[in-house]
Amino acid sequence: MNTTKTIETATGPAQPMVLNMGPQHPSTHGVLRVVLELDGEIVLSAKPDIGYLHTGIEKSCESKTYSQCITLTDRIDYLAPLSNNLGFCLAAEKLIGIEVPKRAQYIRVLLTELTRITSHLVWLGTHAIDLGAMTVFLYSFREREEIMKIYEYVSGQRMMTSYFRIGGLALEPPPDWLDRVRRVVDAMPAHIDEYETLLTQNRIWMARTIGVGKLSAEDAIGLGVSGPLLRASGVPYDVRKVFPYSSYDEFDFEVKTQTGGDCYARYQVRVAEMRESLKIIKQAMEKIEPTGPFRAEVQGIIPPSREEMKTSIEGLIYHFKIFTEGFAPPQGEVYQAIESPRGELGVFMASDGSAKPYRVHFRAPSFVNLQSLPALCVGRLIADVVACIGTTDIVLGEVDR
Amino acid sequence: MESQEIARNPAVQRLQAWDKQVVAEVIEFRGETTVVLPANRLVGVCEFLASDPSLRFTFLGDLTTVDRFPLEPRFELNYQLLSIEKVLRLRLRVKLAGADPSIQTVTGVWPTANWHERETFDLFGIRFHGHPDLRRILMPEDWEGYPLRKDYPVEGFR
Repeated sequence: MNTTKTIETATGPAQPMVLNMGPQHPSTHGVLRVVLELDGEIVLSAKPDIGYLHTGIEKSCESKTYSQCITLTDRIDYLAPLSNNLGFCLAAEKLIGIEVPKRAQYIRVLLTELTRITSHLVWLGTHAIDLGAMTVFLYSFREREEIMKIYEYVSGQRMMTSYFRIGGLALEPPPDWLDRVRRVVDAMPAHIDEYETLLTQNRIWMARTIGVGKLSAEDAIGLGVSGPLLRASGVPYDVRKVFPYSSYDEFDFEVKTQTGGDCYARYQVRVAEMRESLKIIKQAMEKIEPTGPFRAEVQGIIPPSREEMKTSIEGLIYHFKIFTEGFAPPQGEVYQAIESPRGELGVFMASDGSAKPYRVHFRAPSFVNLQSLPALCVGRLIADVVACIGTTDIVLGEVDR
Repeated sequence: MESQEIARNPAVQRLQAWDKQVVAEVIEFRGETTVVLPANRLVGVCEFLASDPSLRFTFLGDLTTVDRFPLEPRFELNYQLLSIEKVLRLRLRVKLAGADPSIQTVTGVWPTANWHERETFDLFGIRFHGHPDLRRILMPEDWEGYPLRKDYPVEGFR
């Protein structure tokens, strides 16, 4: 594009214009401010300005016991609370050295894959609405609601689930919950086809996304980009495959990649990922036993069952101690990464041997991915900035923590 | 068990073969390897690890700081390295004293370090020499103090 042409105005040659996009702007998906320097409609530079949602979650964690921190993790990435729960619990379990029962691991896998689908549905709907395709939003939120009902049925909450606890799950899922999951999973492929008929060959959609926001594999790795953004640039890095956790190595699924590196490629990767998630969920439904332990049994760390607490003196003591004092993992530091819907979600946890974490740090994929925004939109039209912000799929709660 | 783990992580061996002096300490915990380095050698080690053909740590996953106040050296910087090609993880750690903590930037090796270092500067007050744009990132620009330091209260500051 020609960026060198100067226009003469009454007061001399035209100057670049600085435009504040956000923090209140519908296509910034929250409170993101981007300072754009414009030559006409062409973006000369873009500087994301973040921190409007900074709530100090990492600092708060240091004054809470390990179990109390789980409710805070829901609020980091509020579109994928179960993924955050999982990342935090896995890190704590690694620190303590607990093995979670297989049944609980499979339930975790099933629910986090449902989370991936809901998160991608929100992304798809809002991204399409940004680019002028209104209908997809109404469809994708319809399906999302059905999955949210499953969360509510299982954990009691639609969004702030706090369902995964250190050592397993908060409570036994209701007996017929898998029937509800099956109904959603069986209906889902047709719905994804429906979105695709609206978008994949849509000429306006293709014109707005193909070739927009290009990111090469080398740049993506250098910028630390992960998740669907990285895979759309042709790098098959998926934590579930490369460093399996929670028994992901027992599931058969593919890591979907594209080589385009543009907004369209990212759209294709995310849609393909939803289908892969459905595959994983179906396998998990086969694997989950109808009865069995839903959390590990470790005296003094995992709360004893209600039955045991009511009938044995030891159980009562442990119950009381765990909920008043917490438990103290050994000294040391761990880093546990999981594949959240947005990329590599890492939890760094340092223990000083007391009942409260000495330091918790969340490697938030949105935070790192947002850093690539200038690389995506410099040199392109201002309308493409909207497409680029949408395609990075940021959640500002996670960016700012 | 522990010595076997060290032997199994090829990064430590390569690093020791490259320069015996540079590895101050190797920590193994829960299957994760941490290499403690002298702070002035950090950038050179990072360049070596990122470019060495048998390691290729081209991805900086994360940068986490731990404040050990009132112990000295007070700050621990943990760099989470990832080699996508060789499927390896490695943690580098440098320790900084509490008085005027500063270190060389690694943005030249991994551009992603830019925001991680800004976050560390913002919340811990550690300065990075040679950083292209060292400003506060999460807190307001006129904020006083560094919230994640241990001598900063959880509530009641203002």
